[in-house]
Amino acid sequence: MADIEFHPLSRIGIAQRIAQDIPEGWFVNLGIGIPTTVSDFVPDDREVIFHAENGVIGIGPAPAPEDINPYLVNAGVQPITLRTGGAFVHHADSFAIARGGHLDLCVLGAFQVAQNGDIANWAHSRNEPVKQVGGAMDLAVGAKRLWVAMEHTTKRGHARILNHCTYPLTARGVVKRIYTDLAVLDVTEHGLVVRDIVPGLSFEALQDRTEATLHRQT
Amino acid sequence: MIDKFVPGLAEAMAGIQDGATILLAGFKAGMPETLVAGLIQQGAKDLTLVMNAGGGDDGPSADLLATGHVRKLICSFVRPASVAARLFQAGNLELEIVPQGTLAERIRAAGAGIQAFYTPTAADTILAENRETRIINGRNCLLEYPLPGDVALVDAWEADRWGNLTHRESARNFNPIMAMAAALTIVQTRHVVALGDIPPANVHTAGVFVHRVLHVPA
Repeated sequence: MADIEFHPLSRIGIAQRIAQDIPEGWFVNLGIGIPTTVSDFVPDDREVIFHAENGVIGIGPAPAPEDINPYLVNAGVQPITLRTGGAFVHHADSFAIARGGHLDLCVLGAFQVAQNGDIANWAHSRNEPVKQVGGAMDLAVGAKRLWVAMEHTTKRGHARILNHCTYPLTARGVVKRIYTDLAVLDVTEHGLVVRDIVPGLSFEALQDRTEATLHRQT
Repeated sequence: MIDKFVPGLAEAMAGIQDGATILLAGFKAGMPETLVAGLIQQGAKDLTLVMNAGGGDDGPSADLLATGHVRKLICSFVRPASVAARLFQAGNLELEIVPQGTLAERIRAAGAGIQAFYTPTAADTILAENRETRIINGRNCLLEYPLPGDVALVDAWEADRWGNLTHRESARNFNPIMAMAAALTIVQTRHVVALGDIPPANVHTAGVFVHRVLHVPA
């Protein structure tokens, strides 16, 4: 494989890339990990409303240390601020937002995604003794669009974009787009379509790092 | 005259039976920590504890688990490094993992008299194994039952003698819905206010859902 020089995006770079694609007016939930940082890269003059599972609507920037309010945290229990126009709801209403189709977008991290949009992001094996589901299954089935932010392969170079997920599923057939350190892929009824690719990386080299078959944009 | 205030912690926790199901609100913010300490002192055993996260290594909910009062924990996730994880792996704690939105909705359903509901959340996952699923409007859905408590432990910012409550910012979380869902709802409040001082349109949890209120000043 004759790769020319290319530079994978950093985790921050993936978040920046996602932020570019979120239009004004969307109501968005960001999962833990890479997705949490996406809001930092949406410009202030573009009104996007961010939701947290614990009932916060309109998350603002992180507070200065002296401004931390112990009553105001996000779903990762980090201190946050509320932007003007924000609101609080209780947990059942907050998940009605997620499950009832009121989120224009949810961005989640994932261990694996399959070519049909299956996502696995909560366990590496069905026998894992301690389970960490949280709100991912609710968000995955409920949002109008689910985008995934992830590294294209594992640290050891194994593919994570697969024909079929091997880890326990979070939800079936829900992922619409995948943002990785190497590419942006759309999940379509005809399979995975490469929307964007880091400069210097060829389509063939990307395919080599992907188990599922990739298609060129037409 | 209706007066739901109790003079002390022992009176607040009186009568909780062995084997009771306890709904414990809080998402970092909004956990009624004094009431949890009171439950440990009160001594009821064999409890089923319902809370969002299995807690960490310290703090009142970890203490409640570590002191052996809990037989079963129902929550949306358990951190690997936690009292709950160690108890479970040693065979000393039963664990039921429920997706966070389903957990909230099962609690809300219990408070609202809903006898069961179907949701797409988790329907295509290993959490649905050996359970009833059904295709509704073309989507695979999982049958879920309400999750009522014998006791709810609730945190408030303000309370009046009828038990009308306000909650601070994201400290609202599970508090209003758990208050609805228990036979005995016990509240700790930071501030006591006169009847009528909370503007009627600003009551977050109506007094009808509240049975006892303990003033726990800062």
